[in-house]
Amino acid sequence: MEKFEKITGVAAPLPLINVDTDMIIPKQFLKTIKRSGLGVNLFDEMRYDDEGKEIPDFVLNKPQYREAEILIGGDNFGCGSSREHAPWAIKDFGIRCVVAPSFADIFYNNCFKNGILPIALPQEQVDILMKDAEKGSNARMIVDLEAQTVTTSDGETFTFEVDPFKKHCLMEGLDDIGLTLEKASAIDAFEGKLAMTRPWV
Amino acid sequence: MSPKTLYDKIWDAHLAHEAEDGTSLLYIDRHLVHEVTSPQAFEGLRMAGRTVRAPDKTIAVPDHNVPTTPDRVDGIQNEESRIQVEALDRNARETGIHYYPVSDVRQGIVHIIGPEQGWTLPGMTIVCGDSHTATHGAFGALAHGIGTSEVEHVLATQTLIQRKAKNMKVEITGQLAPGVTAKDITLSVIGHTGTAGGTGYVIEYCGEAIRSLSMEGRMTVCNMAIEGGARAGLIAPDETTFEYVKGRPHAPKGAQWEAALTWWKTLYSDDDAHWDKVVTIKGEDIAPVVTWGTSPEDVLPITADVPAPDSFQGGKTEAAKRALDYMGLTPGQKLSDIEIDTVFIGSCTNGRIEDLRAAAEILKGKKIAVKRAMVVPGSGLVRAQAEEEGLADIFKEAGFEWRLAGCSMCLAMNPDQLAPGERCAATSNRNFEGRQGRGGRTHLMSPAMAAAAAVTGRLTDVREIM
Repeated sequence: MEKFEKITGVAAPLPLINVDTDMIIPKQFLKTIKRSGLGVNLFDEMRYDDEGKEIPDFVLNKPQYREAEILIGGDNFGCGSSREHAPWAIKDFGIRCVVAPSFADIFYNNCFKNGILPIALPQEQVDILMKDAEKGSNARMIVDLEAQTVTTSDGETFTFEVDPFKKHCLMEGLDDIGLTLEKASAIDAFEGKLAMTRPWV
Repeated sequence: MSPKTLYDKIWDAHLAHEAEDGTSLLYIDRHLVHEVTSPQAFEGLRMAGRTVRAPDKTIAVPDHNVPTTPDRVDGIQNEESRIQVEALDRNARETGIHYYPVSDVRQGIVHIIGPEQGWTLPGMTIVCGDSHTATHGAFGALAHGIGTSEVEHVLATQTLIQRKAKNMKVEITGQLAPGVTAKDITLSVIGHTGTAGGTGYVIEYCGEAIRSLSMEGRMTVCNMAIEGGARAGLIAPDETTFEYVKGRPHAPKGAQWEAALTWWKTLYSDDDAHWDKVVTIKGEDIAPVVTWGTSPEDVLPITADVPAPDSFQGGKTEAAKRALDYMGLTPGQKLSDIEIDTVFIGSCTNGRIEDLRAAAEILKGKKIAVKRAMVVPGSGLVRAQAEEEGLADIFKEAGFEWRLAGCSMCLAMNPDQLAPGERCAATSNRNFEGRQGRGGRTHLMSPAMAAAAAVTGRLTDVREIM
């Protein structure tokens, strides 16, 4: 997994609550058996019209946000299905960090598995970041995972919370499965016990 | 010993390892797999030279992509869908996991066949790369959806890295009024708490109205826990649960049944257990409901009017404006005046035998007044039982298409989709923009309400035609 340390980049404003995973990546793109190449279909139905032409008003189609690395969203971001295609599409587009007042659990978790940092901040702070993002490509935000801070283009800094284990894995680009397999003896022991106490499992 | 919730008890019984910071390895008893969220996981496993740790605890079935028309026996026409299903066939064969191919009568929606085959048992941990895994919580099993990376993690290690969630109690007191069903309970709870109300929690549903539900009804309630933001919903197992489980193909037998039963009977929340959040709703206050917007929290009794966006606060005002525009509705319009084109009865929320019985009861001797209506049974066995009970004939005589099992128009990955602007009365779980097809408009409701809408051609209070 790609490491996440610090990024300085353009933030795209998406002031909508309940952005669901069907919006992020509609189901017709879930038929792939690969993880890559979904960026072009990120927010497909909001981004393209029925003929597949770009809708100029949509934020990621505007020239100043085409290279966005950060996305600022509304409450309950990523609600809906468990499809990891949602973070795959976000990452493939080039976005490495999503900031919102709150996230749906499964989406939040899926982000960390893919080198994306989801940041939950109070609504008032997200409002300030949203305003800053609206300034476009001259305004670059800084997201520093080590320091757990987001800094606006005006230098205003907010601190965010992140689970220490998730932070560690993201900063080092660690493979979860490898880490768990180091604890294989604990799993073996658990299975041994299980065979005695709940053999029907 | 300190008092525990049901969730605490299941969690403790599955803790394989706990780090000092609370990061835990939770052992997984059952891993359900389908064709859409698993190919990348099997591929990842192969690339890393890893194997499936517990094939005997892993159960796979194609459901999301598969056509539900009778011609599917000739193969899947859509190439991408066919490749995904073929990948699952191959992965299942190569790894030796349990598998129900499209041709098997037991094939169906993963959350319907798990309980049907007795894979789902009380006190288990169950995961699947699908958010509606919460369904299995109806048995008092800790069940939740996971992403594809976690699917790979469970395949390789039979565990998940987890942090414990908080405990939330949703109590439905008293009894339901006639015409009110499990779907109305679960939608009403989401209307009450909002789609983020359960985020960070595991919900336990309890109270007299929940106890009175059949297993089918309980599955409907838990199925939509995720729509309320909670990864998992639970209902403590009782005689209704044990009765349902007993004798199923993979349920324990003989002495093991007795041992299992003894343990299962300890699976309830202690009287003085700690709850981080409590919601209480009177069963008598729940009406037959429908959704009007593009979030499952946009729910109102069928007797209500379409709300005005400025009756909401914060970001919801803008969201409601967008939703009404998308849905083509006007504030003040009566919900029961909304005309519909299509009716869809099925999905992991409402594709079980009891759901088909409830719909058929309304449809008996009547004809549909909509362009298109379809019933998609949740499994081949549900379909067979419905045919045996004469329900299929009622549907067909009313003008419904009688389909084969699959997810179908719930997420419209197969050819069953809405056209732009087409309006659907659906028994599924999500009314998101484009969910049932680009530009399609979805109203969620119970099977009885969907059947009522089918015969009148508009959203209808089922109590008027019962």
